[in-house]
Amino acid sequence: MNPAVREAEILVVGGGAAGLCAAAEAAVAGARVLVLESDLHLGGQLVKQTHKFFGSKDEFAGTRGFKIAGKILDEMASCKDKIETVTNANVMGYYPEDGVVTVMVGEDEYFKVKPARIVMATGAQERLIAFPNNDLPGVYGAGAVQTLMNVYGVSPGDRVLMVGAGNIGLIVSYQLMQAGVQVAAILEAMPNIGGYWVHAAKIRRLGVPILLRHTIKAALGDVVVEGAIVRSLANGETFKIDCDIICLAVGLSPTAEILWQAGCEMKYVPELCGYVPIRNARQRTTNDDVWVAGDAAGIEEASSAMVEGRIAGLDAAASLGYEIDESRFGVYEERLKALRSGETASRIRAGLARVSANGFLGGMTSDGFQ
Amino acid sequence: MASSNLPVDRSFESGVLNGECPGAVLPPECLWKKKKNGFALIECPQRIPCNPCATSCPAGAVRPFADINDVPRVDYEKCTGCALCVAACPGLACFVVDLTYGEDLALVKLPYEMLPVPSAGDEVDCVDRTGGVAGRGSVVGVSEPLKDHTRVVSVSVKKDIVSDVRAIRTVN
Repeated sequence: MNPAVREAEILVVGGGAAGLCAAAEAAVAGARVLVLESDLHLGGQLVKQTHKFFGSKDEFAGTRGFKIAGKILDEMASCKDKIETVTNANVMGYYPEDGVVTVMVGEDEYFKVKPARIVMATGAQERLIAFPNNDLPGVYGAGAVQTLMNVYGVSPGDRVLMVGAGNIGLIVSYQLMQAGVQVAAILEAMPNIGGYWVHAAKIRRLGVPILLRHTIKAALGDVVVEGAIVRSLANGETFKIDCDIICLAVGLSPTAEILWQAGCEMKYVPELCGYVPIRNARQRTTNDDVWVAGDAAGIEEASSAMVEGRIAGLDAAASLGYEIDESRFGVYEERLKALRSGETASRIRAGLARVSANGFLGGMTSDGFQ
Repeated sequence: MASSNLPVDRSFESGVLNGECPGAVLPPECLWKKKKNGFALIECPQRIPCNPCATSCPAGAVRPFADINDVPRVDYEKCTGCALCVAACPGLACFVVDLTYGEDLALVKLPYEMLPVPSAGDEVDCVDRTGGVAGRGSVVGVSEPLKDHTRVVSVSVKKDIVSDVRAIRTVN
Protein backbone atom coordinates (compact mmCIF):
# COMPACT_ATOMS: atom_id res chain seq x y z
CA MET A 1 0.00 0.00 0.00
CA ASN A 2 1.55 3.25 -1.09
CA PRO A 3 -1.23 5.73 -1.61
CA ALA A 4 -0.42 8.52 -3.99
CA VAL A 5 0.59 11.81 -2.45
CA ARG A 6 -2.06 14.42 -3.09
CA GLU A 7 -1.13 17.97 -3.95
CA ALA A 8 -2.66 21.10 -2.52
CA GLU A 9 -1.69 24.71 -2.81
CA ILE A 10 -2.93 25.58 0.65
CA LEU A 11 -3.81 23.03 3.27
CA VAL A 12 -6.00 24.32 6.08
CA VAL A 13 -5.84 22.09 9.14
CA GLY A 14 -9.08 22.63 11.04
CA GLY A 15 -12.47 23.66 9.71
CA GLY A 16 -13.55 25.93 12.55
CA ALA A 17 -13.96 29.68 12.70
CA ALA A 18 -10.34 30.51 11.84
CA GLY A 19 -9.78 27.72 9.31
CA LEU A 20 -12.92 28.38 7.30
CA CYS A 21 -12.16 32.09 7.10
CA ALA A 22 -8.62 31.30 5.98
CA ALA A 23 -9.96 28.93 3.34
CA ALA A 24 -12.55 31.41 2.06
CA GLU A 25 -10.03 34.21 1.90
CA ALA A 26 -7.37 32.14 0.10
CA ALA A 27 -9.86 30.70 -2.37
CA VAL A 28 -11.29 34.11 -3.22
CA ALA A 29 -7.72 35.17 -3.97
CA GLY A 30 -7.51 32.25 -6.40
CA ALA A 31 -5.65 29.57 -4.48
CA ARG A 32 -6.71 25.93 -4.44
CA VAL A 33 -7.47 24.99 -0.86
CA LEU A 34 -7.91 21.69 0.97
CA VAL A 35 -9.63 21.89 4.36
CA LEU A 36 -9.29 18.97 6.77
CA GLU A 37 -11.69 18.81 9.69
CA SER A 38 -11.58 16.13 12.36
CA ASP A 39 -15.24 16.51 13.32
CA LEU A 40 -18.12 15.10 11.27
CA HIS A 41 -19.11 18.56 10.09
CA LEU A 42 -17.49 21.91 9.42
CA GLY A 43 -17.84 24.96 11.64
CA GLY A 44 -15.89 24.01 14.74
CA GLN A 45 -17.14 25.67 17.90
CA LEU A 46 -19.33 28.08 15.93
CA VAL A 47 -21.99 25.45 15.30
CA LYS A 48 -22.62 25.12 19.05
CA GLN A 49 -22.94 28.82 19.73
CA THR A 50 -26.61 29.68 20.07
CA HIS A 51 -25.93 33.10 21.60
CA LYS A 52 -25.52 36.31 19.66
CA PHE A 53 -21.97 37.38 18.99
CA PHE A 54 -20.45 40.62 20.14
CA GLY A 55 -18.19 42.79 18.04
CA SER A 56 -19.20 44.98 15.12
CA LYS A 57 -21.14 44.16 11.99
CA ASP A 58 -17.83 43.14 10.37
CA GLU A 59 -17.73 40.23 12.82
CA PHE A 60 -21.47 39.60 12.42
CA ALA A 61 -22.31 41.20 15.78
CA GLY A 62 -25.80 40.34 16.92
CA THR A 63 -25.81 37.13 14.86
CA ARG A 64 -25.94 33.79 16.61
CA GLY A 65 -22.74 31.78 16.23
CA PHE A 66 -24.17 28.85 14.32
CA LYS A 67 -25.59 31.27 11.75
CA ILE A 68 -22.14 32.79 11.34
CA ALA A 69 -20.78 29.35 10.43
CA GLY A 70 -23.47 29.21 7.73
CA LYS A 71 -22.43 32.59 6.37
CA ILE A 72 -18.78 31.55 6.04
CA LEU A 73 -19.79 28.29 4.38
CA ASP A 74 -21.89 30.32 1.91
CA GLU A 75 -18.84 32.43 1.16
CA MET A 76 -16.83 29.25 0.55
CA ALA A 77 -19.59 27.91 -1.69
CA SER A 78 -19.17 30.95 -3.92
CA CYS A 79 -15.74 29.61 -4.92
CA LYS A 80 -16.39 25.93 -4.44
CA ASP A 81 -14.31 24.89 -7.46
CA LYS A 82 -11.29 26.10 -5.48
CA ILE A 83 -12.07 24.49 -2.13
CA GLU A 84 -12.17 20.84 -1.20
CA THR A 85 -13.24 19.90 2.31
CA VAL A 86 -12.82 16.56 4.03
CA THR A 87 -14.55 15.95 7.36
CA ASN A 88 -13.86 13.16 9.84
CA ALA A 89 -10.23 13.68 8.80
CA ASN A 90 -7.47 13.69 11.39
CA VAL A 91 -4.07 15.08 10.55
CA MET A 92 -1.69 12.52 12.02
CA GLY A 93 1.66 14.08 11.31
CA TYR A 94 3.81 16.55 9.44
CA TYR A 95 7.13 15.42 8.03
CA PRO A 96 9.44 18.41 7.77
CA GLU A 97 12.01 16.63 5.60
CA ASP A 98 9.64 16.56 2.63
CA GLY A 99 6.66 18.61 3.83
CA VAL A 100 4.25 15.68 3.67
CA VAL A 101 1.18 15.65 5.89
CA THR A 102 -0.46 12.34 6.75
CA VAL A 103 -4.21 12.09 7.20
CA MET A 104 -6.64 9.50 8.52
CA VAL A 105 -10.23 9.70 7.35
CA GLY A 106 -12.41 7.82 9.79
CA GLU A 107 -10.83 4.53 10.80
CA ASP A 108 -10.05 3.07 7.40
CA GLU A 109 -8.91 5.58 4.87
CA TYR A 110 -5.42 7.03 4.87
CA PHE A 111 -3.78 9.50 2.56
CA LYS A 112 -0.82 11.81 2.26
CA VAL A 113 -0.89 15.35 1.06
CA LYS A 114 1.98 17.59 0.11
CA PRO A 115 0.80 21.16 0.34
CA ALA A 116 2.75 24.18 -0.78
CA ARG A 117 1.49 26.14 2.23
CA ILE A 118 -0.31 25.24 5.45
CA VAL A 119 -2.63 27.23 7.68
CA MET A 120 -2.79 25.59 11.09
CA ALA A 121 -6.16 26.33 12.61
CA THR A 122 -6.30 23.40 14.97
CA GLY A 123 -8.13 25.22 17.75
CA ALA A 124 -7.91 24.23 21.37
CA GLN A 125 -8.48 21.49 23.88
CA GLU A 126 -10.38 21.81 27.11
CA ARG A 127 -8.50 21.70 30.36
CA LEU A 128 -9.71 19.59 33.20
CA ILE A 129 -8.85 19.96 36.87
CA ALA A 130 -7.97 17.28 39.36
CA PHE A 131 -10.31 16.43 42.24
CA PRO A 132 -11.46 13.15 43.79
CA ASN A 133 -14.02 11.32 41.66
CA ASN A 134 -13.46 13.50 38.61
CA ASP A 135 -13.72 10.32 36.55
CA LEU A 136 -17.35 9.69 37.54
CA PRO A 137 -19.89 9.69 34.73
CA GLY A 138 -21.52 13.11 34.91
CA VAL A 139 -18.28 15.09 35.00
CA TYR A 140 -18.06 16.84 31.65
CA GLY A 141 -16.08 19.49 29.89
CA ALA A 142 -18.25 22.47 28.97
CA GLY A 143 -17.60 21.80 25.29
CA ALA A 144 -19.07 18.31 25.60
CA VAL A 145 -22.18 19.64 27.31
CA GLN A 146 -22.58 22.19 24.55
CA THR A 147 -22.16 19.54 21.88
CA LEU A 148 -24.73 17.28 23.52
CA MET A 149 -27.25 20.09 23.90
CA ASN A 150 -26.79 22.24 20.88
CA VAL A 151 -25.57 19.83 18.21
CA TYR A 152 -27.42 16.66 19.17
CA GLY A 153 -30.34 18.03 21.20
CA VAL A 154 -29.56 15.82 24.18
CA SER A 155 -30.06 17.18 27.68
CA PRO A 156 -26.96 16.37 29.74
CA GLY A 157 -28.85 16.07 33.05
CA ASP A 158 -31.20 17.84 35.42
CA ARG A 159 -29.01 20.01 37.60
CA VAL A 160 -25.56 21.26 36.76
CA LEU A 161 -22.73 22.63 38.84
CA MET A 162 -20.62 24.80 36.57
CA VAL A 163 -16.95 25.25 37.44
CA GLY A 164 -15.50 28.42 35.94
CA ALA A 165 -17.00 31.85 35.24
CA GLY A 166 -15.13 32.69 32.06
CA ASN A 167 -17.19 33.33 28.95
CA ILE A 168 -17.59 29.62 28.26
CA GLY A 169 -18.85 28.83 31.76
CA LEU A 170 -21.22 31.80 31.68
CA ILE A 171 -22.54 31.15 28.18
CA VAL A 172 -22.99 27.41 28.62
CA SER A 173 -24.82 28.07 31.91
CA TYR A 174 -27.22 30.37 30.09
CA GLN A 175 -27.74 27.79 27.33
CA LEU A 176 -28.42 25.10 29.93
CA MET A 177 -31.10 27.30 31.49
CA GLN A 178 -32.59 27.85 28.04
CA ALA A 179 -32.70 24.09 27.59
CA GLY A 180 -34.62 23.76 30.84
CA VAL A 181 -31.70 22.41 32.85
CA GLN A 182 -31.16 23.86 36.33
CA VAL A 183 -27.82 25.43 37.11
CA ALA A 184 -27.16 25.01 40.82
CA ALA A 185 -24.26 27.48 40.89
CA ILE A 186 -21.22 28.67 39.03
CA LEU A 187 -17.93 28.41 40.90
CA GLU A 188 -15.07 30.78 40.20
CA ALA A 189 -11.75 30.59 41.99
CA MET A 190 -10.85 34.18 41.15
CA PRO A 191 -12.32 37.16 43.03
CA ASN A 192 -14.11 38.27 39.85
CA ILE A 193 -15.72 36.70 36.81
CA GLY A 194 -13.40 36.11 33.87
CA GLY A 195 -16.02 36.47 31.14
CA TYR A 196 -17.99 39.47 29.98
CA TRP A 197 -19.89 41.20 32.76
CA VAL A 198 -23.13 41.25 30.73
CA HIS A 199 -23.01 37.45 30.30
CA ALA A 200 -22.80 37.13 34.09
CA ALA A 201 -25.58 39.67 34.63
CA LYS A 202 -28.00 37.79 32.40
CA ILE A 203 -27.63 34.53 34.30
CA ARG A 204 -27.63 36.20 37.72
CA ARG A 205 -31.06 37.54 36.75
CA LEU A 206 -32.19 33.97 36.19
CA GLY A 207 -31.31 33.24 39.79
CA VAL A 208 -28.04 31.41 39.26
CA PRO A 209 -25.52 32.18 42.02
CA ILE A 210 -21.94 32.86 41.05
CA LEU A 211 -19.69 31.89 43.93
CA LEU A 212 -16.47 33.84 43.62
CA ARG A 213 -13.39 32.52 45.41
CA HIS A 214 -14.88 29.01 45.45
CA THR A 215 -13.69 25.79 43.88
CA ILE A 216 -14.72 22.15 43.70
CA LYS A 217 -13.14 19.88 46.28
CA ALA A 218 -14.68 16.56 45.26
CA ALA A 219 -17.42 14.98 43.23
CA LEU A 220 -19.82 12.80 45.20
CA GLY A 221 -21.44 9.56 44.09
CA ASP A 222 -20.72 5.85 43.69
CA VAL A 223 -21.72 5.14 40.12
CA VAL A 224 -22.62 8.56 38.78
CA VAL A 225 -22.37 12.13 40.04
CA GLU A 226 -24.79 12.82 42.88
CA GLY A 227 -23.36 16.07 44.15
CA ALA A 228 -20.22 18.01 44.83
CA ILE A 229 -18.26 19.29 47.77
CA VAL A 230 -17.40 22.93 47.26
CA ARG A 231 -14.77 24.85 49.15
CA SER A 232 -14.47 28.56 49.80
CA LEU A 233 -10.99 29.80 49.02
CA ALA A 234 -11.65 32.80 51.24
CA ASN A 235 -12.31 30.97 54.52
CA GLY A 236 -11.81 27.28 53.81
CA GLU A 237 -15.43 26.43 54.55
CA THR A 238 -16.82 23.44 52.68
CA PHE A 239 -20.41 22.60 51.81
CA LYS A 240 -22.38 20.29 49.55
CA ILE A 241 -24.19 21.20 46.37
CA ASP A 242 -26.73 18.78 44.90
CA CYS A 243 -26.21 18.18 41.21
CA ASP A 244 -26.11 15.32 38.71
CA ILE A 245 -23.71 17.03 36.32
CA ILE A 246 -20.43 18.77 37.01
CA CYS A 247 -19.40 20.87 34.07
CA LEU A 248 -15.80 22.06 33.85
CA ALA A 249 -15.18 25.34 32.10
CA VAL A 250 -11.72 25.97 33.46
CA GLY A 251 -9.94 27.04 30.34
CA LEU A 252 -8.49 25.82 27.09
CA SER A 253 -5.03 25.00 25.78
CA PRO A 254 -3.94 25.65 22.20
CA THR A 255 -3.70 22.48 20.10
CA ALA A 256 -0.09 22.74 19.06
CA GLU A 257 1.26 19.25 18.27
CA ILE A 258 1.40 19.75 14.51
CA LEU A 259 3.05 23.12 14.94
CA TRP A 260 5.77 21.46 17.02
CA GLN A 261 6.19 18.80 14.32
CA ALA A 262 6.48 21.51 11.71
CA GLY A 263 9.46 22.88 13.57
CA CYS A 264 7.83 26.22 14.27
CA GLU A 265 9.58 28.12 17.01
CA MET A 266 7.27 27.78 20.00
CA LYS A 267 7.03 29.78 23.18
CA TYR A 268 5.18 29.18 26.42
CA VAL A 269 2.95 32.20 26.94
CA PRO A 270 0.69 31.93 29.99
CA GLU A 271 -1.54 34.77 28.79
CA LEU A 272 -2.27 32.80 25.62
CA CYS A 273 -2.78 29.64 27.69
CA GLY A 274 0.08 27.45 26.54
CA TYR A 275 2.73 26.90 23.90
CA VAL A 276 2.10 28.96 20.81
CA PRO A 277 4.19 29.67 17.73
CA ILE A 278 6.17 32.86 17.25
CA ARG A 279 4.66 34.61 14.24
CA ASN A 280 4.58 37.89 12.40
CA ALA A 281 1.59 40.20 12.00
CA ARG A 282 0.46 38.15 9.00
CA GLN A 283 0.20 35.02 11.18
CA ARG A 284 3.23 33.42 9.49
CA THR A 285 5.31 31.23 11.77
CA THR A 286 9.06 30.72 11.72
CA ASN A 287 8.44 27.82 9.32
CA ASP A 288 7.99 29.85 6.12
CA ASP A 289 5.38 27.46 4.78
CA VAL A 290 3.21 27.50 7.90
CA TRP A 291 0.68 30.06 9.17
CA VAL A 292 -1.32 29.87 12.37
CA ALA A 293 -4.75 31.30 13.21
CA GLY A 294 -7.39 31.10 15.90
CA ASP A 295 -7.07 29.40 19.27
CA ALA A 296 -4.04 27.43 18.09
CA ALA A 297 -2.27 30.79 18.09
CA GLY A 298 -3.42 31.53 21.64
CA ILE A 299 -6.77 31.23 23.40
CA GLU A 300 -8.90 34.19 22.50
CA GLU A 301 -12.40 34.23 21.05
CA ALA A 302 -14.16 33.50 17.78
CA SER A 303 -14.37 37.02 16.37
CA SER A 304 -10.63 37.55 16.43
CA ALA A 305 -10.05 33.94 15.31
CA MET A 306 -12.03 34.70 12.17
CA VAL A 307 -10.01 37.82 11.43
CA GLU A 308 -6.72 36.00 12.07
CA GLY A 309 -7.89 33.31 9.67
CA ARG A 310 -8.57 35.89 6.99
CA ILE A 311 -5.12 37.42 7.41
CA ALA A 312 -3.45 33.99 7.30
CA GLY A 313 -5.41 32.86 4.23
CA LEU A 314 -4.75 36.07 2.38
CA ASP A 315 -1.03 36.07 3.18
CA ALA A 316 -0.62 32.40 2.30
CA ALA A 317 -2.28 33.05 -1.08
CA ALA A 318 -0.07 36.10 -1.65
CA SER A 319 3.03 34.04 -0.90
CA LEU A 320 2.05 31.73 -3.76
CA GLY A 321 1.98 34.67 -6.13
CA TYR A 322 -1.75 35.27 -6.21
CA GLU A 323 -2.63 38.88 -6.66
CA ILE A 324 -4.29 40.29 -3.61
CA ASP A 325 -5.44 43.67 -2.44
CA GLU A 326 -2.73 44.62 0.07
CA SER A 327 -5.02 47.15 1.73
CA ARG A 328 -7.12 44.29 3.11
CA PHE A 329 -4.36 43.55 5.62
CA GLY A 330 -4.71 47.02 7.05
CA VAL A 331 -8.47 46.61 7.33
CA TYR A 332 -8.13 43.28 9.12
CA GLU A 333 -5.38 44.53 11.41
CA GLU A 334 -7.53 47.49 12.43
CA ARG A 335 -10.36 45.10 13.26
CA LEU A 336 -8.11 42.96 15.39
CA LYS A 337 -6.81 46.02 17.17
CA ALA A 338 -10.38 47.12 17.97
CA LEU A 339 -11.37 43.66 19.18
CA ARG A 340 -8.33 43.56 21.40
CA SER A 341 -8.48 46.98 22.98
CA GLY A 342 -11.21 46.26 25.56
CA GLU A 343 -10.90 45.64 29.26
CA THR A 344 -11.05 41.86 29.05
CA ALA A 345 -8.38 41.69 26.33
CA SER A 346 -5.48 43.02 28.40
CA ARG A 347 -4.14 39.48 28.83
CA ILE A 348 -4.29 38.92 25.10
CA ARG A 349 -2.37 42.11 24.46
CA ALA A 350 0.29 41.12 26.97
CA GLY A 351 0.55 37.64 25.46
CA LEU A 352 0.76 38.80 21.87
CA ALA A 353 3.53 41.21 22.72
CA ARG A 354 5.58 38.14 23.65
CA VAL A 355 5.10 36.14 20.46
CA SER A 356 5.49 38.76 17.78
CA ALA A 357 8.45 38.16 15.51
CA ASN A 358 10.49 41.37 15.06
CA GLY A 359 7.96 43.34 17.09
CA PHE A 360 5.79 43.09 14.00
CA LEU A 361 2.33 43.15 15.56
CA GLY A 362 1.27 46.62 14.63
CA GLY A 363 2.90 48.45 17.49
CA MET A 364 0.99 46.49 20.08
CA THR A 365 2.27 46.54 23.62
CA SER A 366 0.92 45.05 26.77
CA ASP A 367 -0.35 48.44 27.81
CA GLY A 368 -2.33 49.12 24.69
CA PHE A 369 -1.52 50.53 21.31
CA GLN A 370 0.99 53.08 20.33
CA MET B 1 -35.11 27.67 38.67
CA ALA B 2 -31.89 27.52 40.61
CA SER B 3 -33.20 27.03 44.10
CA SER B 4 -30.52 26.89 46.74
CA ASN B 5 -29.60 27.97 50.19
CA LEU B 6 -26.38 29.43 48.91
CA PRO B 7 -25.49 32.96 49.91
CA VAL B 8 -26.48 35.53 47.28
CA ASP B 9 -23.45 37.50 46.20
CA ARG B 10 -24.69 40.93 45.15
CA SER B 11 -21.25 42.23 44.26
CA PHE B 12 -20.56 43.99 41.00
CA GLU B 13 -17.71 41.51 40.41
CA SER B 14 -20.23 38.67 40.20
CA GLY B 15 -22.38 40.42 37.61
CA VAL B 16 -24.83 42.43 39.70
CA LEU B 17 -25.19 46.14 39.08
CA ASN B 18 -25.36 48.01 42.35
CA GLY B 19 -25.42 51.64 41.39
CA GLU B 20 -24.95 53.97 38.49
CA CYS B 21 -21.62 53.98 36.71
CA PRO B 22 -20.34 54.72 33.20
CA GLY B 23 -22.23 52.44 30.84
CA ALA B 24 -25.10 52.13 33.28
CA VAL B 25 -26.71 55.47 33.97
CA LEU B 26 -30.35 56.34 34.50
CA PRO B 27 -32.22 58.97 32.50
CA PRO B 28 -32.71 62.33 34.22
CA GLU B 29 -35.85 61.90 36.28
CA CYS B 30 -37.52 65.16 35.21
CA LEU B 31 -37.47 64.07 31.56
CA TRP B 32 -38.10 60.42 32.27
CA LYS B 33 -41.29 60.94 34.29
CA LYS B 34 -42.98 62.69 31.36
CA LYS B 35 -41.54 60.69 28.46
CA LYS B 36 -44.20 58.76 26.54
CA ASN B 37 -42.93 55.27 25.57
CA GLY B 38 -40.08 55.61 28.01
CA PHE B 39 -36.32 55.73 27.70
CA ALA B 40 -33.68 53.10 27.11
CA LEU B 41 -31.77 51.97 30.20
CA ILE B 42 -28.54 50.21 29.38
CA GLU B 43 -26.56 48.20 31.92
CA CYS B 44 -23.23 47.64 30.18
CA PRO B 45 -20.49 48.93 32.46
CA GLN B 46 -17.53 47.00 31.03
CA ARG B 47 -15.45 48.03 28.02
CA ILE B 48 -15.93 45.18 25.56
CA PRO B 49 -15.76 45.18 21.77
CA CYS B 50 -19.46 45.40 20.94
CA ASN B 51 -21.63 48.07 19.34
CA PRO B 52 -25.03 46.78 18.09
CA CYS B 53 -26.91 49.04 20.55
CA ALA B 54 -25.49 52.05 18.75
CA THR B 55 -25.62 50.69 15.20
CA SER B 56 -29.16 49.36 15.56
CA CYS B 57 -30.65 52.54 17.02
CA PRO B 58 -32.89 54.10 14.35
CA ALA B 59 -32.90 57.46 16.16
CA GLY B 60 -29.18 57.73 16.73
CA ALA B 61 -29.96 57.95 20.42
CA VAL B 62 -27.32 55.49 21.53
CA ARG B 63 -24.43 57.77 20.69
CA PRO B 64 -22.13 56.45 17.98
CA PHE B 65 -18.99 54.83 19.39
CA ALA B 66 -15.61 56.38 18.71
CA ASP B 67 -14.02 53.09 19.78
CA ILE B 68 -15.95 49.83 19.56
CA ASN B 69 -15.00 49.22 23.19
CA ASP B 70 -16.82 52.34 24.38
CA VAL B 71 -19.58 51.84 26.91
CA PRO B 72 -22.96 53.02 25.63
CA ARG B 73 -24.33 56.50 26.30
CA VAL B 74 -27.90 57.47 25.57
CA ASP B 75 -28.96 60.84 24.17
CA TYR B 76 -32.35 61.40 25.83
CA GLU B 77 -33.20 64.14 23.35
CA LYS B 78 -33.37 61.44 20.69
CA CYS B 79 -34.42 58.23 22.44
CA THR B 80 -37.97 57.25 21.45
CA GLY B 81 -38.20 54.18 23.66
CA CYS B 82 -38.68 51.99 20.59
CA ALA B 83 -36.82 49.10 22.25
CA LEU B 84 -34.91 48.03 19.14
CA CYS B 85 -31.75 48.09 21.28
CA VAL B 86 -33.49 45.69 23.66
CA ALA B 87 -33.85 43.23 20.79
CA ALA B 88 -30.42 43.87 19.27
CA CYS B 89 -28.10 43.79 22.30
CA PRO B 90 -26.17 40.49 22.30
CA GLY B 91 -25.60 40.90 26.03
CA LEU B 92 -29.30 41.37 26.86
CA ALA B 93 -28.27 44.53 28.65
CA CYS B 94 -30.81 47.01 27.24
CA PHE B 95 -34.22 47.75 28.75
CA VAL B 96 -36.87 50.39 28.24
CA VAL B 97 -38.82 51.81 31.16
CA ASP B 98 -41.94 53.90 30.52
CA LEU B 99 -43.03 55.76 33.63
CA THR B 100 -46.10 57.29 31.91
CA TYR B 101 -47.87 53.98 31.45
CA GLY B 102 -50.35 54.51 34.30
CA GLU B 103 -50.98 56.22 37.56
CA ASP B 104 -49.21 53.56 39.62
CA LEU B 105 -47.94 51.38 36.82
CA ALA B 106 -44.85 51.54 34.66
CA LEU B 107 -44.14 49.53 31.54
CA VAL B 108 -40.84 47.66 31.41
CA LYS B 109 -39.68 46.28 28.06
CA LEU B 110 -37.08 43.59 28.50
CA PRO B 111 -35.31 40.95 26.42
CA TYR B 112 -36.46 37.36 26.73
CA GLU B 113 -34.87 34.23 25.26
CA MET B 114 -36.37 31.49 27.42
CA LEU B 115 -39.28 29.09 27.08
CA PRO B 116 -42.18 29.18 27.41
CA VAL B 117 -42.83 32.48 25.67
CA PRO B 118 -45.51 34.34 27.61
CA SER B 119 -48.58 35.89 25.99
CA ALA B 120 -50.29 39.20 26.50
CA GLY B 121 -52.42 39.06 29.61
CA ASP B 122 -50.23 36.54 31.43
CA GLU B 123 -49.26 37.23 35.01
CA VAL B 124 -45.52 36.72 35.49
CA ASP B 125 -42.99 36.99 38.26
CA CYS B 126 -40.83 40.06 37.82
CA VAL B 127 -37.35 39.35 39.07
CA ASP B 128 -34.41 41.47 40.11
CA ARG B 129 -30.75 41.31 39.20
CA THR B 130 -30.16 38.23 41.32
CA GLY B 131 -33.31 36.39 40.30
CA GLY B 132 -35.29 37.30 43.41
CA VAL B 133 -38.97 38.03 42.89
CA ALA B 134 -39.55 41.79 43.08
CA GLY B 135 -43.26 41.50 42.41
CA ARG B 136 -45.92 40.36 40.01
CA GLY B 137 -46.42 41.94 36.60
CA SER B 138 -48.82 41.64 33.72
CA VAL B 139 -47.60 40.97 30.20
CA VAL B 140 -48.87 43.67 27.90
CA GLY B 141 -47.24 42.50 24.71
CA VAL B 142 -44.56 40.23 23.25
CA SER B 143 -42.76 41.05 20.02
CA GLU B 144 -39.80 39.71 18.09
CA PRO B 145 -38.53 42.83 16.33
CA LEU B 146 -35.52 41.25 14.62
CA LYS B 147 -37.11 37.84 13.99
CA ASP B 148 -34.14 36.18 15.63
CA HIS B 149 -35.72 34.51 18.66
CA THR B 150 -34.95 37.37 21.01
CA ARG B 151 -38.34 38.53 22.23
CA VAL B 152 -39.11 41.89 23.72
CA VAL B 153 -41.62 41.40 26.51
CA SER B 154 -43.54 44.44 27.71
CA VAL B 155 -44.71 43.98 31.25
CA SER B 156 -46.61 46.40 33.46
CA VAL B 157 -45.34 46.60 37.01
CA LYS B 158 -45.89 48.75 40.06
CA LYS B 159 -43.81 51.90 39.73
CA ASP B 160 -41.98 51.32 42.98
CA ILE B 161 -40.19 48.24 41.62
CA VAL B 162 -39.08 49.50 38.18
CA SER B 163 -35.52 49.98 39.31
CA ASP B 164 -35.33 46.32 40.35
CA VAL B 165 -37.19 44.47 37.59
CA ARG B 166 -34.75 43.16 34.99
CA ALA B 167 -36.27 39.83 33.92
CA ILE B 168 -39.48 37.89 34.06
CA ARG B 169 -40.24 34.33 34.96
CA THR B 170 -43.37 32.66 33.73
CA VAL B 171 -45.65 31.07 36.31
CA ASN B 172 -47.80 28.12 35.41
